[in-house]
Amino acid sequence: MIRDQEFLKDIASYCIENSKKLGATDVGVKVIHSVSENVSFRNKKLDESNRADSFAVNLTTYIEKKKSSINSSDLSKSNLEKLIERCIDATKITPSDENNSLPDKDLMSKEIRDLNLYDETHYPNDKKIEFLKKVEETASTDEKIVNTEAGFTENKNNFILANSNGFLGGYKTSNFSSSCVAVSRINGAMERDYEFGSTRFLEDMMEPEEIGKIAADKAIKKLGPKKIKSERIGVIFDKRISKGTLSTLASAISASAIARGTSFLKDQINSEVFPNSINIIDDPKIEKGLGSQNFDSEGVETNSLKLVENGILKNYLIDTYYGKKLNLKSNGRSGGTTNLYFENGTLSFKDLLNSEKKFLYITETIGHGGNIITGDYSVGASGFMVEDGELTYPVSEITIAGNFKEMFKNITLANDLEMKYSTNAPTLLINQMTVAGK
Amino acid sequence: MSNFFKETDIDTSQAEAIVTETLKNCDDGELYLENHKSESIVLDDNKIKSSTYNSDQGYGFRAVTGEVVAYSHSNDISKESLRKSSDNLKDTLKSKKGTYNHEIPKTNSKYYENINPIESKTFDSKIDLLKSVNNYLRSKGSIVNQVTANFLGEHKSIEIIRSDNQILKDDRPLVRFNVSVVLEKDGKKETGVYGVGGRQSYDDYLKDGSWKDVCDEAFRIANVNLESKPAPAGEMKVVLGPGWPAILIHEAIGHGLEGDFNRKKTSAFHSLMGQQVASEGVTIVDDGTLHQRRGSLTIDDEGTPTENTVLIENGILKNYMQDRLNARLMGTKSTGSGRRESYKHVVLPRMRNTMMLSGKYSQDEMISSVDKGIFAVSFGGGQVDITSGKFVFNCTEAYEINNGKIGSPIKGATLIGDGPSILKEVSLVGNDMKLDPGIGTCGKAGQGVPVGVAQPSILINKMTVGGTKL
Repeated sequence: MIRDQEFLKDIASYCIENSKKLGATDVGVKVIHSVSENVSFRNKKLDESNRADSFAVNLTTYIEKKKSSINSSDLSKSNLEKLIERCIDATKITPSDENNSLPDKDLMSKEIRDLNLYDETHYPNDKKIEFLKKVEETASTDEKIVNTEAGFTENKNNFILANSNGFLGGYKTSNFSSSCVAVSRINGAMERDYEFGSTRFLEDMMEPEEIGKIAADKAIKKLGPKKIKSERIGVIFDKRISKGTLSTLASAISASAIARGTSFLKDQINSEVFPNSINIIDDPKIEKGLGSQNFDSEGVETNSLKLVENGILKNYLIDTYYGKKLNLKSNGRSGGTTNLYFENGTLSFKDLLNSEKKFLYITETIGHGGNIITGDYSVGASGFMVEDGELTYPVSEITIAGNFKEMFKNITLANDLEMKYSTNAPTLLINQMTVAGK
Repeated sequence: MSNFFKETDIDTSQAEAIVTETLKNCDDGELYLENHKSESIVLDDNKIKSSTYNSDQGYGFRAVTGEVVAYSHSNDISKESLRKSSDNLKDTLKSKKGTYNHEIPKTNSKYYENINPIESKTFDSKIDLLKSVNNYLRSKGSIVNQVTANFLGEHKSIEIIRSDNQILKDDRPLVRFNVSVVLEKDGKKETGVYGVGGRQSYDDYLKDGSWKDVCDEAFRIANVNLESKPAPAGEMKVVLGPGWPAILIHEAIGHGLEGDFNRKKTSAFHSLMGQQVASEGVTIVDDGTLHQRRGSLTIDDEGTPTENTVLIENGILKNYMQDRLNARLMGTKSTGSGRRESYKHVVLPRMRNTMMLSGKYSQDEMISSVDKGIFAVSFGGGQVDITSGKFVFNCTEAYEINNGKIGSPIKGATLIGDGPSILKEVSLVGNDMKLDPGIGTCGKAGQGVPVGVAQPSILINKMTVGGTKL
């Protein structure tokens, strides 16, 4: 059972009071309890069951402009007492930084709206097992599928965030997720692919048959890939990975990267960064949203932000510390973006595939080849060749490379946006990238 | 006697009784207890950006029968919590019956001392050193745009209580010291990163001004990159420098030789045991017994003493890396490779220090044999799809080779290859094997564990370089 708000509040208050007693001038604390149950299957047999019950306290103490933090999983008061003492000792001898402070009081979240983020339904393990049986049954119908794995996780979470300026807020959230990985084989060579669903409410979960079928179909389609010749070509990013461009944007416009001067988008505020048809929104108040929140990790109210409007960069993602450095107010993005998405484009998926004679369609990238400082990008990739609007054959062992500054300016969006993750993008074309192959 | 039940409502013998009772019909399992202290002190942008101390303690209770693993973990070390976990495990395995395997090898070896690096250097002196790093690097001129430096230190105590009341213990120190510098010249910015670490105290890596060497190396890499031009795109010859570039071995070969993927037949290597998978002259081992190395362990996280496992000998595939579960199911022995990130995680077969051993050629011979290719000296990270065998890694310092001579530095690019075939493309193995500086963390199934790599210089006949220049 997940512990209630009163239990967490009691610990938060204890931490604040004791820190103040020992000399803290300001205190911020978060207390979290989460319970998670996972069952996994492999080749239609039970493989693993895992139950996790975790507590965490994250405490930051300030003495004027000095700051230090501790984290602990042991909520006993005797342990906390020792750790608070240690935290205060470290705070005393940590050098001052004029930007260290709690958020401005007037920016704090005032009321907690019910965003429908908690489903109290408990899905017992035997139900999870039934679900996974169906997933794998469907995934393994084709004889080319030689291995399947499937998992179901249920997660319940409760937290309290509090600070010594009187802020105190928290709420429960839940998450259900299910996945299937299928391995296909032909002539001794194997490929794997997957599908997964993640929802706040159990009732919104994809059907098990759908998860299994998508994973298997995708794994089979990848069989027998070719390595293509190196060339400059238009690259289409499947929806699974097109959202990666938004994650890159989010890192590059975080106040920390801007203030430290380590972003390829430094000094680009109010400049055209994308084509003028592009709008990018970060909305924390979407009901049942996977990235939804009432306030950010400092308790600052978060509201919907247009990050990019008609191609023009309009906002950074600002927290209190780097906001002070930049002389800007926090916009409730300590901890990053919430529900981040591109507004739909105008072309249908089909029209996008037909907009040129030949494209490379990428379904997966591997490696961490993005450099936020220079904007240089180079990653391993696999996917399909598209000729005359049709996916003709699978492609692998290639790389795609470019520079984000240029890639952002050459984006065309399809109109097939779905809200499946916390960051979402429609299918996306980048006109001309360098593909390295044979 | 266990050290974990002191301030709890349960004592060692009561805990042992719960373990024995829970595992009586199981093939394997244990109660794993862990106390983990860690610190992070970060200097960034001329300021001490953060100082954090973490204290985490808990247990992971595991029961294994056949192929099924039941796991339950909690921070709450108490009678009630252990009982609940026990019920949970028994419920999962209620329809199964196994025979407990009591056999676990013993060791008297120790590959590191029981020191707590966090306490063995004062907080003040850590702050002072970070400030010195900042001053030292910034004194190199206005070209220095940003300096980040940090200390990461930890001490982990573990105990493993098995069903026959055996208690196995280990205390593991670990430190890392990292420096990152951003240089700016003529509107162009580039980064250089370097770090050192292992299972000793900070001062073993930083004394006598050796911290300056770390700074100089980060500065040198950033400086080289300021002069870099676009990297080529396409297949070509690649010379890898010694040491850290052995990430190639880790990604291309290492993951594919972990027992779980081969038992499940999802690894591209699962049918290649005893076969030629690399050029003759290529020998690769995974060694957990190197003194004070980042990837070394006295015992693994199931209590098995670690060893030096030969994976590939003169090109022939000899062994997989095994934990107890996969070893049992494949009819072999654990290689002491069962590892977990923490008590919150199940055990998986993992790498320790993965090394390609020296051959007989010099790096000069390799470079002078290449008409057109690249020379890769340092890497960021890598990744592999173990099923298709395709792997990548990212260069952070690399040069063109033209007509047997090293040319201009090139921008960071991803290199991609095929695991099962890449080692057959290794045509020369160098005589200059080097260990990495002690900074690697390997990720698998959401779990990060410290690892090491080593290799000599090698010449690869053909690899795809993911640059932008056709």
